[in-house]
Amino acid sequence: MKEVFETSSIIEQLEDLKLNALQELEGTNSVKELESWRVRYLGKKSHLTEVLRSLATLPLEERRAVGAFANEVKTYLEKSLDKKRQVLYEAQLISTAKEEYIDVTLPGRAFPVGRLHPITQTLYEICDIFVSMGFQVVEGPEVEWDYYNFEALNIPEEHPARDTMATLWVDFQTDSGDRPMLLRTHTTSVTARIIETMKPPIRVIEPGKVYRYEASDATHTPMFYQIDGLVVDEGITMADLKGTLYEFARRFFGEDRKVRFRCDYFPFVEPGAEMAIACLTCGGKGCRLCGNSGWIEILGAGMTHPQVLQRGGLDPEVYSSFAFGMGIDRLPMLRYGIDDTRLFYSNDLRFLRQF
Amino acid sequence: MKVPLKWLQEYVDITLPPTDLANRLTLAGNEVEGMQVIGGNWENIVVGQVIAINPHPNADRLSLATIDLGTDQQSVVCGAPNLRLGDKVAFAYVGAQLIDGHTGQVFRLKSAKIRGVASSGMVCSEKELGISDSHQGIMVLPTEAPVGIRLTEYLGDVILDLSITPNRPDCLSVIGIAREIAALTGQNLHLPEVNYQEAPFPIDQQISVEILAPDLCPRYCASLITGITVAESPRWMQQRLLACGLRPINNIVDITNYVMLEYSQPLHAFNYPKIRGKKIIVRRANDGEVVVTLDGAERVLSGDMLVIADEERAVAIAGVMGSANSEITPETTSVLLEAANFNQASIHYTGSTLRLPSDACMRFERGIRPELALPALRRASQLIMQLTGGEVAKGWIDVYPGRRDHEPILLSTAEVKRLLGVEFSLEQIVEALTSLGFDCKPGASEVWVTTPYWRSDIHLAVNLIEEVVRILGYDKIPTTMLSRPLPRQNHEPILKLKEEVRRNLTGYGFQELITYSLTSLERLHKLLPEPHPIEPMPLRVANPMTAEQEYLRPNLRANLLAALEANRRHEDDGIRFFDLGKVYLPRPGDLPDEREMVCGLLSRARIEKLWRGEQELLDFYDAKGVVEGLVSQLGVDASFEECRDESLLPSKQTAIVIANNRLGVVGELHPKVLEAFDLSETVYLFEIDLTDLLPFTVGHKMFQPIPRFPAIVRDIALVVNAKVAHQKIQGIITSFPLVAQASIFDVYAGGQVPPGKKSLAYRIAFQSPTHTLTDEEVNEVQQQILDKLSQELRAMLRT
Repeated sequence: MKEVFETSSIIEQLEDLKLNALQELEGTNSVKELESWRVRYLGKKSHLTEVLRSLATLPLEERRAVGAFANEVKTYLEKSLDKKRQVLYEAQLISTAKEEYIDVTLPGRAFPVGRLHPITQTLYEICDIFVSMGFQVVEGPEVEWDYYNFEALNIPEEHPARDTMATLWVDFQTDSGDRPMLLRTHTTSVTARIIETMKPPIRVIEPGKVYRYEASDATHTPMFYQIDGLVVDEGITMADLKGTLYEFARRFFGEDRKVRFRCDYFPFVEPGAEMAIACLTCGGKGCRLCGNSGWIEILGAGMTHPQVLQRGGLDPEVYSSFAFGMGIDRLPMLRYGIDDTRLFYSNDLRFLRQF
Repeated sequence: MKVPLKWLQEYVDITLPPTDLANRLTLAGNEVEGMQVIGGNWENIVVGQVIAINPHPNADRLSLATIDLGTDQQSVVCGAPNLRLGDKVAFAYVGAQLIDGHTGQVFRLKSAKIRGVASSGMVCSEKELGISDSHQGIMVLPTEAPVGIRLTEYLGDVILDLSITPNRPDCLSVIGIAREIAALTGQNLHLPEVNYQEAPFPIDQQISVEILAPDLCPRYCASLITGITVAESPRWMQQRLLACGLRPINNIVDITNYVMLEYSQPLHAFNYPKIRGKKIIVRRANDGEVVVTLDGAERVLSGDMLVIADEERAVAIAGVMGSANSEITPETTSVLLEAANFNQASIHYTGSTLRLPSDACMRFERGIRPELALPALRRASQLIMQLTGGEVAKGWIDVYPGRRDHEPILLSTAEVKRLLGVEFSLEQIVEALTSLGFDCKPGASEVWVTTPYWRSDIHLAVNLIEEVVRILGYDKIPTTMLSRPLPRQNHEPILKLKEEVRRNLTGYGFQELITYSLTSLERLHKLLPEPHPIEPMPLRVANPMTAEQEYLRPNLRANLLAALEANRRHEDDGIRFFDLGKVYLPRPGDLPDEREMVCGLLSRARIEKLWRGEQELLDFYDAKGVVEGLVSQLGVDASFEECRDESLLPSKQTAIVIANNRLGVVGELHPKVLEAFDLSETVYLFEIDLTDLLPFTVGHKMFQPIPRFPAIVRDIALVVNAKVAHQKIQGIITSFPLVAQASIFDVYAGGQVPPGKKSLAYRIAFQSPTHTLTDEEVNEVQQQILDKLSQELRAMLRT
């Protein structure tokens, strides 16, 4: 710096510079222009920097006045630069967002999806309901002795109830020539075992596979699922049976689903009952699904027969007990409108993927 | 059991509309499964009388009939051969809905000109009315049918189709159902009156009965009717039998069936002169004894079956079917009528062994009471006398070795309340039981109850409680929630394990399947690339439904591969699925060992090809990764060892080992196995025995503090022999205490690596729980690691 400026004229110059700079700043439209503006006004070779650098040559008093003002200008321009930079950045974001396009309707990268089998889903749902009422889930063998499947449940040999449960017998003979091993025809066999092994109070449910000697058709498969339940304690009544099963029906079929109990016969309970719900299709008016009755049978139940308790070592005069059993496969059939029970075991992925 | 409402009305007044009645019966335990309305669409059909028949002017085979219908007369052209003057007939006006006698189609009657003569209406056959298949001629109604009355009113009926539970053989009868209706609707029962004039000759001079097997025949009653004429039974009886699903045969057989339907007591009529030696002997059959039954089939009997015999031969299989040698024929003039009681188990055994399920059999095997025999016998004797013109010999035979007294049962109001959870008064209880025919002797708060003679299902107080509540209604029982303290919960850990495995695998993208527990030897053989006998033999079902379901599966993979094959017919994409269930391993003299297994299959695309990029295929390491992820989520450390599973490729399989126990396998299926299952792709399998895995999953997990000091990470690349397993190298590296983690990040062969060698690159994290490690410390451990690798595996540091 060769010239020495008058204080006042320096300040004037700086004022002009500030005005020009701000005007130019206003006109910048890109990051690049902004940068060149910065070099011009705030860079090492800028007029302002020169002024600041030349301060040392000024007398102390002037130095103070000019210095203060020059710094003020510098700070002001820097702040304006930041502000403008922010404005430009945001404008750029907006325009980028406007310009950059992807077709969001294209499918995403396929992630393999696995599902539980609809029967498993149903079983877990039922178990959850009963577990929340204090039931414990237990399982028993699928290959069973005649005793637990029939004898212990008041179904001796040649009992007509055996005819309603066509049995698959295991090729196994005792020394005396008996064939006492079978594929259980109902999960009630687990009830017989529980009565024999557990001490009251008992509150269990017993899900599992059961087997029948039956040709496959739309409503029959040789293997299917059941769930049985058993409660043994002092003071258990048929009112408790109704209450428990109503609660199940309310939670599984919905608040408004009508439920009906009627007398029915199973050799291992007395009094025996059947629970039905208002038909899911016609709501009780009568249609093909419910055989025009308006009702769909859901489960069999009753007060455990005193002989069954006694045979398992429980005193029926001290304890009372209720038991129930239901087929599982029908439930997803009703819920989803599945019309062929064989679909559950044909394992066609086009079927299974729907649930 | 089909029961016509009009028949029921003979015994009980029916006060409810049919649908309400059906509902009431259903709620009380006799489920009405269906209702058939006969004559429900007989609009415009009335009873008429033929008052004139004239020849048709243009056709020899047709006639012109004038029908009187009370209020009017109609003239119709009729082709029926059996049209006779004065007959009562069913006349359909124009507009009636009928069934075409030839095509079976429903049509609406129009007025027509037949061969030039106008015909306004029609005289109907049974088939045209939908009553039976008979279209031989017009239906002729009984002479007493009132002219002009609507046919529905005269012939219409509602047939209830009841599903009778096995404990109620008494309800396999019209009277049984009538009794139920009477009790449920508060009406009285009117039973048929049985009263007839006997002939002077006593029966015991004509026949004697001896029971040699009193354990199988508690009672045998018989009567003798002579001078009968075998003919068709009257139309009303035939119609009732048909409505109940029985085929009319002749008056004698029809009467035995009719009374069986009335009382639930089966009867049998023997052609009396064919009974040799005038003696009936009830005995066990001889082993191999042959009886030709009424259906003409030869039946070979065994020593545990019961026969009715005369002095020389068997004349019937007791309670199951009669023999042709004593059959009623058109020439028969005298019959010996049997009403007996047989042991229910014995009849069930005989009926099911001979595959002869009959209506009689069904009633005996459910245990009807012996007391029923005599009333039914007398009722049938009366009907035979009335309808066939015979004479009933004086008296009857009644051999009754099984007579039993039935003790009264004590029932208290307290017991009713204890079991039902609702209080019924003694009066309510007594009234309900009395309405069903029970004899009640009430005390202060209890009642002694005697069971009526037709009920065989009442033995205990609980049986009476059911009777009370089914008459009063199950809706009288309140609903209460279980209020007793919660029982102690001992949840079975295997259930949790199974659920966790299922949920994890579905999380990994595996679909759960449920395959049958039964399989075939043929399918199991497909798992063997080199044929050899299957050892041990799986458990066999003695009476398989099909050959495909003859054996209890010893593994899951056979049925799972079959499921893959089935899905490949319509599915090209990547497949991942699993089955979790039991396998059944035979144990001598005991139930099989049922083990919970999980088996998964993976094949084809790992990720389906996107609209850009390449399709990636699943490989061995996907299968292994699933297993590793699974066991790690279960908190178990698994290692992998050499393995020989013949269904898998020898070079691409490994055993899953947990604490020195082999619990499963991962591998690629042998091409020969795939070929046997018609699969033309590479398939990977994993299989884990969850029963064996369980004990390792239930241990407590221990918290490891999160390291406070930083780790120092070093990468090393090693060159080793191509067959040195990564697991060994990693084992050595991680055996040093300061090594927190070692993971492989590159495997490379070829290029700068000499032939027969490979390069493995590891990233090792060194970390101390007590201080920040220095480079010097790490260098020292790293050198120790390299030394050990070099000593044990000849591993060289790649430079």
